[in-house]
Amino acid sequence: MSLNIVVLAKQVPDTRNVGPDAMTPEGTVNRSALPAIFNPEDLNALEQALRLKDQNPGSKVTVLTMGPGRAAEIIREAMYRGADGGYLLTDRAFAGADTLATSYALATAIKHVAPCFDLIVGGRQAIDGDTAQVGPQVAEKLGVNQITYTEEILSCQDGRITATRHIDGGVETVESPLPCVLTVNGSAAPCRPRNAKLVMRFKRCKAPMELEKDTTFADLPYADQYEKKAYLRLGQLSCADVNADLQQCGLAGSPTKVKAVENIVFKAKESKVMTGSDEDINALVRELLASHTIG
Amino acid sequence: MANYYSDIPEIKFELQNSALMRRVVELKERGFQDKDKYDEAPQDFADAMDTYDRVLDIVGDITANVVAQNAEDVDAEGPHLEAGRVSYASKTRENLDTMIKAGMNGMTMPRRYGGLNLPVVAYTAANEIVSAGDASFENIWSLQDCIETLYCFGSEEQRQKYIPRVCAGETMSMDLTEPDAGSDLQSVMLKATYDEQSQCWRLNGSKRFITNGDSDIHLVLARSEAGTRDGRGLSMFIYDKRDGGVNVRRIENKLGIHGSPTCELVYKNAKCELCGDRKLGLIKYVMSLMNGARLGIAAQSVGLSQAAYNEAVAYARDRRQFGKAIIEFPAVQEMIASIKAKLDAGRALLYETARYVDIYKALEDIARERKLTPEERAELKKYSKLADSFTPLAKGMNSEYANQNGYDCIQVHGGSGFMLEYACQRIYRDARITSIYEGTTQLQTVAAVRYITNGQYSSVIADFESQPVPAGLEGVMSRVKAMAAKLNACIAAVKEAQDNDLHDICARHLYEMTADIIMCHLLLRDAAQSPDLFGGSLQVYLNHAEAEVEKHSLWISRMSVAQLDNYRQA
Repeated sequence: MSLNIVVLAKQVPDTRNVGPDAMTPEGTVNRSALPAIFNPEDLNALEQALRLKDQNPGSKVTVLTMGPGRAAEIIREAMYRGADGGYLLTDRAFAGADTLATSYALATAIKHVAPCFDLIVGGRQAIDGDTAQVGPQVAEKLGVNQITYTEEILSCQDGRITATRHIDGGVETVESPLPCVLTVNGSAAPCRPRNAKLVMRFKRCKAPMELEKDTTFADLPYADQYEKKAYLRLGQLSCADVNADLQQCGLAGSPTKVKAVENIVFKAKESKVMTGSDEDINALVRELLASHTIG
Repeated sequence: MANYYSDIPEIKFELQNSALMRRVVELKERGFQDKDKYDEAPQDFADAMDTYDRVLDIVGDITANVVAQNAEDVDAEGPHLEAGRVSYASKTRENLDTMIKAGMNGMTMPRRYGGLNLPVVAYTAANEIVSAGDASFENIWSLQDCIETLYCFGSEEQRQKYIPRVCAGETMSMDLTEPDAGSDLQSVMLKATYDEQSQCWRLNGSKRFITNGDSDIHLVLARSEAGTRDGRGLSMFIYDKRDGGVNVRRIENKLGIHGSPTCELVYKNAKCELCGDRKLGLIKYVMSLMNGARLGIAAQSVGLSQAAYNEAVAYARDRRQFGKAIIEFPAVQEMIASIKAKLDAGRALLYETARYVDIYKALEDIARERKLTPEERAELKKYSKLADSFTPLAKGMNSEYANQNGYDCIQVHGGSGFMLEYACQRIYRDARITSIYEGTTQLQTVAAVRYITNGQYSSVIADFESQPVPAGLEGVMSRVKAMAAKLNACIAAVKEAQDNDLHDICARHLYEMTADIIMCHLLLRDAAQSPDLFGGSLQVYLNHAEAEVEKHSLWISRMSVAQLDNYRQA
């Protein structure tokens, strides 16, 4: 069975190795100080999609990413690993979106580019926002089932998908009819590496947003290649392209407002010092039992 | 994220900054004839260089984030033998699978067979990068370059049968050594007989010390001419594991490269195919195979030296004694600077050699399709001579340096370095084989010495000396010239004595002097282009090389036929 799979992926600042200038004085992420990377759990999601493609010849994996022109790198990175192509969802009107406006934009774009999708796969959450809300919201907006915290897809046939979910203290196996949205956990299989030949083939892929002002594909180096090879021009969608309601996009469509960001400093004022004696240990155990912390 | 390629700018510099590179790419791409045929083919020189950069970035990424992470587990687990079959350590398997998924097999093979059509110099870079992560894994993975020999000498049918399989990730081995045929391969006794009934060749006998001996596709040296005892009775065969008939009797216990299975093989009527012509097995094909393998070991050695440098610097920055980091002490600085200088000098020699190999191999390949022009024939002759003379220098010197650097790396670690917790001990153990296999340093000297006495290296050195001297480096050039004058005096003295044993005992000294001088010139060239990257190493290496040349020169001046007896043990 060939599957039509959309992978939701996001370009994020690499918050794993932050330096002293990672935050602006206003308390927002200083994006220019951090390298932009493929959101790690979206790579786990991509791997699940590519495995389904390996097992189901004829399947198509399309990447959808929302962001500025440079986010097209996410589509290329996915193509280097085996994705068939992708779309950059980009528009000033999308800027400043919270999870609600983001999921609205993504769901609207999916209806436009892949109305007959079988699966939408994305990472559990992005490392810049850590909300884990976008996947579930996209499922709600599209009116389909969702499997969150996916660990592994066990099977996908006859219109049904079986997957394991990472839950507290164990793993749960669930089944759902297609179409369906999956969010994939970071503990799932790591993504395969970039493939040399795919890099050679797709390294020049570009979205129109990436072109410098007042230039066209004809002004790029190796311009003739963009004429000969249609796949070198990446898909790009604006707000108008997907008929999105401006009121539901970007800042206008975002009920979440960040009021303030504060640093948390852990203080040890509530600590208690005790020795390793049996007496102290027994006292601690009694105290923890009394407060129902253990037992 | 860490990357064993992009974190080390010296690699990219050595790959790209050579006047020969344009010619290498032009030849390998045959004037970019594939550009409209294959989507992945480069359009021009700049495009090709960009591609190499991107491919190596993937190799660097995989090495840092998979291969290097797995190295300790691989070293501890090693391969397993069950019912005559080898299975790799589980993390070795993971490394190999990752490289296969990344498409890093059959890297130098033409696109029509599924390869990446990379020049040898770019593949060499990949080799050194992987080796810095885990030299034992590099061993297995880099045996893919055996396919070069099959490509050069096999029939079109054999090419079409085997090359795509190697590009898809099947592994290779070269079955040469036997219990009584190590350095002396002329003594190989594995029997190849023609089976009239099933119209094929069959192998019977055993081999020893075969790296990756349970590979998918073996190139085997065997005696096809019954009754012969020398090299002229040997032919090369292809054994396909799918046909069966070869079992692994034992995996050796080794000092280092634990992840690489070194096997004893038993051939029982194993079906095989003749590769190329009969009787040319040793004298032509294995020589070609060995030259490729020697360049591979040179790359493996440079990777190990890089690893030694990384570990030494990291530890010396971290470790504090007497109130400061030990990297602040001159005694430690000297050791680390010496590792870096030998690494940079050896790497320059490695890439230069790889480019010579590229040019002559590409021209040889063209010659299989059409007649070469007189200019091309002269070019082929020039570069095949350069490749032949530089390969033993690159292999011998880099493998000795890898050992010295591994030693110094442990020394920087002090007592901790002797404990098994640190990577330096693995680097030290893994490096030890590099100066032994694919021809010991002593045999590299034998291969090189004829070029010392026939003036080949002297003319290379004279060529370097005739280049315009970059401003500010005149002093360096005059010191290197003085070293060459000492070398020439030594060569003259050894020749004049007209004694074979004296000649042989002096050979290693002349060999090292020659290599030291050539590496000084290469570093001088690099430092002129990039003082930031190589300025320091040039000065450090020059001090080292000058002292070495002085030492060897003095040694040779004290040497005489009368002295030889003192070196003979009763």
